[in-house]
Amino acid sequence: MLTILFDGIAYGMLLFILACGLTITLGLMNFINLAHGAFAMTGGYVTVVMMNRYGLSFYWCIPAAFLVSAALGAILERTLYRRLYTASHLEQVLFSVGLVFMAVAAADYIMGGQQQLIQLPPELSGRTEILGIGIGRYRLFTIVICAILAIVLQLILSRTRFGSRLRAAVDDRRVAMGLGINVSAVFALTFAFGSGLAGLGGAMGAEILGLDPNFPLKFMIYFLIVVAVGGTSTVSGPFLAAILLGIADVAGKYYVPAIGPFVIYGLMIIMLIVRPNGLFARGGAR
Amino acid sequence: MTVVANEQSRAVPPSVADAGQAQSLMRQRSRIRFYEVIVWVAAVVAIFVLPSKMLILTEIAILALFAVSLDLVLGFAGIVSLGHTAFFGVGAYVAGLIARHYYAEPVVGLVIAGLASGLLGYVTSFLILRGSDLTRLMTTLGIALMLAEAANQLGWLTGGADGLSGFTLGPILGMFEFDLWGRNGYIYCLTVLFISTMIARRLAFSPFGLSLKAIKANPVRAAMVGVPARRRIILVYTIAAIMAGFAGALLAQTTSFVSPDVLAFHRSADVLLVLVIGGTGYLYGGIFGAIVFTLLRDWLSVVTPQYWMFWIGLLLIVLVLVGRERLSNWIGFLPERFSRQKGGQP
Repeated sequence: MLTILFDGIAYGMLLFILACGLTITLGLMNFINLAHGAFAMTGGYVTVVMMNRYGLSFYWCIPAAFLVSAALGAILERTLYRRLYTASHLEQVLFSVGLVFMAVAAADYIMGGQQQLIQLPPELSGRTEILGIGIGRYRLFTIVICAILAIVLQLILSRTRFGSRLRAAVDDRRVAMGLGINVSAVFALTFAFGSGLAGLGGAMGAEILGLDPNFPLKFMIYFLIVVAVGGTSTVSGPFLAAILLGIADVAGKYYVPAIGPFVIYGLMIIMLIVRPNGLFARGGAR
Repeated sequence: MTVVANEQSRAVPPSVADAGQAQSLMRQRSRIRFYEVIVWVAAVVAIFVLPSKMLILTEIAILALFAVSLDLVLGFAGIVSLGHTAFFGVGAYVAGLIARHYYAEPVVGLVIAGLASGLLGYVTSFLILRGSDLTRLMTTLGIALMLAEAANQLGWLTGGADGLSGFTLGPILGMFEFDLWGRNGYIYCLTVLFISTMIARRLAFSPFGLSLKAIKANPVRAAMVGVPARRRIILVYTIAAIMAGFAGALLAQTTSFVSPDVLAFHRSADVLLVLVIGGTGYLYGGIFGAIVFTLLRDWLSVVTPQYWMFWIGLLLIVLVLVGRERLSNWIGFLPERFSRQKGGQP
């Protein structure tokens, strides 16, 4: 029971790291980016290639995954995404679906369609008994890393100058521009950072979530759930939503495997009917 | 004639000239255009000229019907749906199950399948009334995924991942056998496509269709001039669901097989792409788009059997970046352009 809770929290933490970039994309620019999973997949494949082909340590792969995905995000943002900020939602959806299709086919072409496996370092694999609860060491590692990231993220957003610029841009883009904030640069940086976090999540999640070319399609709905349920205005909203989703998904799959997925989708749909702007929205539709 | 009536009641005093003008505008808007005649004549001629291409033509007709149904929702009511395949899949499964267990005559199965997905459309339409585009995307996507999961889990009913097979269909209306070359199948699909498109056309170019466009352009303003947005959206969504159900049923009946693929996400994305290629908001976009898309996919899957998705994705991105309006303008008299002439929308 507690083990399931623990696994659920680890899973939820991963989802949060994966989805928080999307929160900002959706919240800041109101851009429906369905291709967010592609960045996560990039991170995952970077890890796989570095570890399995070049034999590098897992600990080096995680920052590398972050950097590669962030770079990719920055490039795509500058070249493609920025043209579509003012486009309609339909065009954004089509564009990002196209990107997902390309990413899926490209990953299939380059890496093959099979499930990728990584060999974790020995100190991270296996289980430890703490207070009578069986805890996967890797899951503990995941939770610790993700929790640190979440706190750092919260601090960046609430305490730094960049964070306040970002929040200003979220609240009102035009006024922020009028005050001399370079919204375009703020957004490019944030987009790159969010993509990087997705890549990092993909790298860490390769073990827990699995990694194959269909990754962006499979997890697209999860990311969207986190964002839609958590709302786009805070860090804590998506964080709680991700944890809830993680626990519900793991528990659902464990206790009622036949109807596990229904629980998630059903909850999401009910949620969206009751609170269309997210669980923790600050009121007022965007 | 709600819109016309509303315009009259709004104008103080209601002038006869306005009503007459509005009526002539409506008539001009709904007149049969040259390309429509060409499309249907070509579709009929194809029966005799291309007897070896019946199967791909059937595929085009089915996809066209599916796309036309999405155009009602997307092009007219402006609802971005990522789960339109839910209705397609339900239609396919219902038609397959009826043929397998109850009744082999296709038209009966078609009607029941349409009604079943229409019912689903009616029930789910209440979920898309609220919220933003994102919420709608999520809800429609969630419903489609739930159904896909259901089809996968209920193996005793749907055959699970193996799909539903082992049924054969009787002659259409008791007279026309499905032949080996798919000729009667094509005629059957074409007939359904024609009737459905005509119904959709009647709806779309009526005041009802105009009021949908008003809701799409600005819901608040539409409500102000007295358009009951809720009821209109529920109605059009249900009709679109019925038509998508027809399309699914046609696929199940002409192939005698239902795979779980009918509920897959890529089908919803494909049909969006079809509409983007053909252009939204004038119904025939679905038909033109279906022709181009099917031929393109056929060609790509010969050239690169495994990676055709890549090129489809690239096409989507290029289409969006180039601007799909520019591409679909070749057709001439778009309804959008028409309303701009009227000076209603800036």
